[in-house]
Amino acid sequence: MRAFLLGLAMAFLGLTAHVGPVLAETVAKIVATHARDIEKPSRQTIGPVIADLAGSGDPMAARLLEAWGGKLLGKRKSDGAIFLLAPDAAGYALTDLQGASAGIAANAEITVLKPNAGVRGLIAAALVQFTLSDPDPAKRAEALNSIAKDPNVEALAALRGATANETDPALLARKLRLERLLTLRFDPDPKARVAAIEGFGADAGLDLRAALTPLLATTRIAAVTRPEGANIARSLTVGTDLSAADAYALLVTSGAAPARITREDQKQALAAHIAAGQVAGVPLSELGDQATRDRAYTALEAAGQVPSAATDDEVAKAIAAHGFYDVYTEADATVTAAARSALDRIALKVAAMQAADLSLDGLSLAAIYFLAAIGLAITFGVMGVINMAHGEFITMGAYTGYVVQQIVPGYTASLLVAFPLAFAVTFAAGVGMERLVIRHLYKRPLETLLATFGISIALQQIFKNIFGTQARPLTAPDWLGGALTLNDVISISYIRLAIIVLALLFLGFFLYLMKRTRLGLEVRAVTQNPAMAASMGINPDRINMLTFGLGSGIAGIAGVSIGLYAKVTSELGSDYIVQSFMTVVVGGVGNIWGALAGAGMIGGLQKAIEWLNPSNTLAAQTYMIIFIILFIQFRPRGIIALRGRAAGD
Amino acid sequence: MTETTQNPVTAPANILHPSGYLRRNPSVLWFLLGLAVLTLAVTLLSPAYGGGGISTSFVKTLGKTLCLCLAALAMDIVWGYTGILSLGHMAFFALGGYMIGQWLMYARTQEIVLQSLVAGPLPPTAEEIAQGVGSQIFGVVGGSDIPLIWGFAHSLPLQLALVVLVPGLLALIFGWLAFRSRVTGVYLSILTQAMTLALSLYLFQNDSGLRGNNGLSGLQNLPGLADVSQDFLSVWFFWASALMLALAYLLLSAVVSGKMGSVLRAIRDDEARVRFLGYPVEGYKLFVFVVTAILCGIAGALYYPQAGIINPAELAPIASIYLAVWVAIGGRGRLYGAVIGAAFVSLLSSWFTGGRAPSIPLGVYTIDWVDWWQVLLGLSFVAVTLWAPKGIGGVFDRFQGLHSPDRKGQPLGPDAGSLQESEAVE
Repeated sequence: MRAFLLGLAMAFLGLTAHVGPVLAETVAKIVATHARDIEKPSRQTIGPVIADLAGSGDPMAARLLEAWGGKLLGKRKSDGAIFLLAPDAAGYALTDLQGASAGIAANAEITVLKPNAGVRGLIAAALVQFTLSDPDPAKRAEALNSIAKDPNVEALAALRGATANETDPALLARKLRLERLLTLRFDPDPKARVAAIEGFGADAGLDLRAALTPLLATTRIAAVTRPEGANIARSLTVGTDLSAADAYALLVTSGAAPARITREDQKQALAAHIAAGQVAGVPLSELGDQATRDRAYTALEAAGQVPSAATDDEVAKAIAAHGFYDVYTEADATVTAAARSALDRIALKVAAMQAADLSLDGLSLAAIYFLAAIGLAITFGVMGVINMAHGEFITMGAYTGYVVQQIVPGYTASLLVAFPLAFAVTFAAGVGMERLVIRHLYKRPLETLLATFGISIALQQIFKNIFGTQARPLTAPDWLGGALTLNDVISISYIRLAIIVLALLFLGFFLYLMKRTRLGLEVRAVTQNPAMAASMGINPDRINMLTFGLGSGIAGIAGVSIGLYAKVTSELGSDYIVQSFMTVVVGGVGNIWGALAGAGMIGGLQKAIEWLNPSNTLAAQTYMIIFIILFIQFRPRGIIALRGRAAGD
Repeated sequence: MTETTQNPVTAPANILHPSGYLRRNPSVLWFLLGLAVLTLAVTLLSPAYGGGGISTSFVKTLGKTLCLCLAALAMDIVWGYTGILSLGHMAFFALGGYMIGQWLMYARTQEIVLQSLVAGPLPPTAEEIAQGVGSQIFGVVGGSDIPLIWGFAHSLPLQLALVVLVPGLLALIFGWLAFRSRVTGVYLSILTQAMTLALSLYLFQNDSGLRGNNGLSGLQNLPGLADVSQDFLSVWFFWASALMLALAYLLLSAVVSGKMGSVLRAIRDDEARVRFLGYPVEGYKLFVFVVTAILCGIAGALYYPQAGIINPAELAPIASIYLAVWVAIGGRGRLYGAVIGAAFVSLLSSWFTGGRAPSIPLGVYTIDWVDWWQVLLGLSFVAVTLWAPKGIGGVFDRFQGLHSPDRKGQPLGPDAGSLQESEAVE
């Protein structure tokens, strides 16, 4: 059937290309000749007529075919003349086959020609050729899209006819590519198909993969002897490639062996033959054991009371007598070999691109962890203060962003307000907490941890009381929507890109602050030796307060940026707190580069583990934490450990 | 009792004097007496053995509270005495619960499956039973195979052994890794918290083999005791919890008042100095960490049959933090402080969150304690940390006219080896 259709398509391709212009018949003439066929068309007989029409070269042909396929072709009852119809208030507006208007006719005067679905399909296929050569490029592009969505043999022929007169270079390239994609699937000549496959070279497009994959579809068969002439993908060994149960199931479905009795059926068969507390001589009480049940069933079988079922021996024999093969549905071995090698080549390239995509994902996750941890790197890393309420400061920043968006119209403007405001709010909260609580606990780090936990619990509940438990949206402006797509594999959303940029900005800001400003100098001095710093005229209290406020303020800004892509709930921050501490501890306390390295390691690692086990992000987090615990064993002071006097203890 | 009335400055002489264990630790006697009175009262008031003055669910609440007190005791040893702020002990507690829960759930499901299979014409095969149990237990996570970690679930003695072994081994491995590489202070706290988080995340997965976030349920029904009502079971579990708590209190107070206790307190106060004196500090810490983990596991194994259900949320890091909160509020560094803190805060907490506490109308806003209890708890915890490091236990000192000692190394409170000055007032 396929060969026939292909032949047909080639035939009218020929007509279009060569014969058409010579035998320029008018549509009117063809219709007149084939009036009977057109009025009562059937799929078998109408082919040549449609081919004639399509090949006529008459501009009316496309209109006629379109009207016909759309059930808008009609015969006037009075004289049998055929018209194109357009619905009108009074009935139909008529257009004759020369394209001239022929007045209006009432519904009753016209018999509408309604071709069946098969014929309409042929008409549509013929029409593709016209749309592919349509003067409007948008229509041509649309026709290409529809072919790409539903590739078939007819489209191949039509495409080949429509490349010669294409003027738009972009569309021509698409046409040629599509033509090759269809060639490798539908061309009758294997050599042409192999050539088409190899012509793609190092291409790794999604469409090429989609075209190649069906060529390698296999079916699994069982046969006593190796099937001759079949394009065998591989022969299977029972036990390694497929289980004995699957192999036997294949034999059963192909009718080569009787079905095994299921345990449930066996049980019912046995139960049906209970006689005087016994089944085939076996006492009921002993039947709580599979081997005994088998024995009883075999006894029943021997007595002819139950249908015989394959025993284990028979199953093993049947399996041994057959070979099991995966056979390509595509018959030609050269084509499958070419497709296989092309797909392998593509797989390698795709793997490389996936690795690149994965690194981008890891990078963005690292940026998020870095943002969440950088405030902590200041309070914990520099000051040595454990702030378990850090996560709540992140939440506070995110909620500030949410509140600002409720008040300030316009997402861009509200973000511009939200960032500094979030910083201000959390800075104030941080300073307040430092003054009220942490100041008194500088010498008792464990109790700082506990007290800040108390604050964390209280803050979290306060958020819950104010904002409720449902997630609050923090909407990103439109220019942050969408994703930067390099190709079908590598892409990254603009929000994540923005977070990476933001993380880099903060890194720069932090380095500048610590190394180039008076405040940074004083912070470092107080960190190393508060008493000596104080005797040099630095007020350690003030510095501690400012440093803590700064760390908290940065947490607020991190909160706004995290809120842009995650849901803002009262638990937002606590989801990040452990990872943030891990980031700082793994990276090395007291060093911003350490926090960066820690974030990079944790982010990259988490993505890598997720890639190994994609269904399960929970497991990824679990394994990551276990890895970190082990990592601390080998580098207790983190990746970048401070040395000498700065390390302190 | 003689010692408590004495001037604390002269106390060291009496501590050194071998005047009997109970004389040196008067709180033990008072504690045991109180526990006995409580047990008697609960028994006499329970619906099962007495007038029914209290409901079965309240008996269960009290029984659970005793288990929490046991966990708090362990936490006090590891934190208050040895100075390791572990944020993972509730994970050991939950692990103990999971281990006993496996047996409870398996054995009970097996009973039910057997009952339904016996009704059939043929006696069931082992395979059919296993399949029935498997689909009953794991149908909820889309499976019917019994995972490997349920291999011992058919046997009570084996699962009881696991109650001790699983938390113990986990604590041993984790503690060995952590102490060996000298992870101390806040780093250790964060690391234990990470361990708890990892464990909880792992158990949240459906393919962890412990029913994912559904957890284990129906644990209040004891296999083989289907016709004993919960009225009786609740009292029995209360007795078991009280007995366990009493035994643990005796054991731990003996440990901390002896030489070992001195070493532990020394490690808390100045770890490096103890190491220089030649003590194997890591060994002591590991021992304490493992023993307290086992105690927590046992407490959990007693707790969850009374609670009836366990799921991974139970071992979220916040649970272990609450444990530390209880001990801190009760007064760390003294055993009765931990017990009082756990009982006081957890009972108060269930009173507030149970909606029974009266709301406070403020005109424009009504303070509903269901919503505001956590805020109050968090803030009062901050207050205790800041201003009352001795916690509720400090009230007892006040009654007895004890003051914070003026020399480093002096004990607080009446017992030998309670919290010391360097921790309490710094």
